[in-house]
Amino acid sequence: MPDAPTIGILALQGSVREHQRAIRRCGAVPALVKQAEEIALLDGLIIPGGESTTIAKLMSQAGLTETIKQAAEDGLAIFGTCAGLILMAREIAEGEQGLLGLIDIKARRNAYGSQAESFEADIAFDSLSSKKYRAIFIRAPLVEATGSSVTVLASYQGKPVLLEERQFLVSCFHPELTDDLEIHRHFLKMIEKNKGQVKQKRG
Amino acid sequence: MSEKGSFRVKSGLAEMLKGGVIMDVTNKEQAKIAEDAGAVAVMALERVPSDIRAEGGVARMADPSIIEKIVEAVTIPVMAKARIGHFVEAQILEALGVDYIDESEVLTPADESHHIDKSGFTVPFVCGATDLGEALRRVGEGAAMIRTKGEAGTGNVVEAVRHMRSINRGIMQVKGMPKEELMSAAKDLRAPYELVLEISKTGRLPVVNFSAGGLATPADAALMMQLGADGVFGGSGIFKSDDPAARAKAIVEATTNFNDPKILAGISKGLGPAMVGIEIGDIPESGLLQNRGW
Repeated sequence: MPDAPTIGILALQGSVREHQRAIRRCGAVPALVKQAEEIALLDGLIIPGGESTTIAKLMSQAGLTETIKQAAEDGLAIFGTCAGLILMAREIAEGEQGLLGLIDIKARRNAYGSQAESFEADIAFDSLSSKKYRAIFIRAPLVEATGSSVTVLASYQGKPVLLEERQFLVSCFHPELTDDLEIHRHFLKMIEKNKGQVKQKRG
Repeated sequence: MSEKGSFRVKSGLAEMLKGGVIMDVTNKEQAKIAEDAGAVAVMALERVPSDIRAEGGVARMADPSIIEKIVEAVTIPVMAKARIGHFVEAQILEALGVDYIDESEVLTPADESHHIDKSGFTVPFVCGATDLGEALRRVGEGAAMIRTKGEAGTGNVVEAVRHMRSINRGIMQVKGMPKEELMSAAKDLRAPYELVLEISKTGRLPVVNFSAGGLATPADAALMMQLGADGVFGGSGIFKSDDPAARAKAIVEATTNFNDPKILAGISKGLGPAMVGIEIGDIPESGLLQNRGW
């Protein structure tokens, strides 16, 4: 596929390998990203699951926070799962500002309790697809509030768990841990749709 | 229907810890230092392995009040150690709400023949292993994460290297075997056949494999990552060094940038003395923690 998009996966810590595999299975090209200069070469970026405090520190040390913010402003599509959602949220509960502040949601870190409260469950898509989807929630965040321009794509127990706004997609659960590629495919479609919006091909 | 404690949920947390450093801590101040340095989790302990080694006596699960204070102090996952075979210590740790239990040879074993039946718990377990067979026996009992045993509390990485190479060699051998040899391999490995079959197909362990036991420097962490570890445990090497905060941060950065010698050179500078360390040959056979469990 000559036109296969290159999807960066922030490879500082976390479920990098699983996203890499999912992107490859979708027919796109995964690229592991650790340095700020690598961001310019991407058509989209995934911020994986992991420990959000660890990833945030490593991002800042590598100068990635500002670079990703700028690239997002210039139109880069970004998909964050679990820790990625925390890093992309505008606000974290208790008034803490989100690191990247890309999507207009208020999230609560590790809202369900200790690991013994982690679970898998069938979630309902509000749109996207009518089929049943098994989602894995691990020390998952809860989205407590959403801005008016945010679209909820899926919910669990009345709470949004998959959301998008402009070229940004976030999930409370881990689509990279299951074999279903629906959500990664949706992100690739968002990139395709977003192409016209990108300021210019970065780099 | 929602389901807690499924194997995917248990092993999933270990997947999320990949590329990270799990640090031994004995109080909430150390836990904060670890979190601030970028640790992905902390291991709550009463004594770090080098003190257990020096002081001797029976080493047991930490006092629940220590564990509770550490759980309160940090947002990252908290692990705690139970003695090999001591399923009641494990029940207590689960009741305390720890995120992971380490059934650990660093503590004095409570059972010489049997490990805990880990599949019966909702909380996931990590266990030590010295070779592929041992790793698969633990997974067979329900462990959702493996770590090399190394030789804890020595500041000497040589045993961690031996165990990582041994596990990797075992996987390579199984992967190359025709199917009719796998039953015999399972017999030789003393491992469940189904898991041996799975490895022959996937070429990797069914769970995450971290490195532990004797890592003392950023270079040690990067060495284990280059040898194929999914992440590392930092034990006595961090809080027994002269500047724990700086060393902890450097080990975190080294684990992420394990393949970049230039970055490793930069972060290895000026950390002050590492822990003194022990030559493995100077430890009597009976003093080797890695021989505990089977």
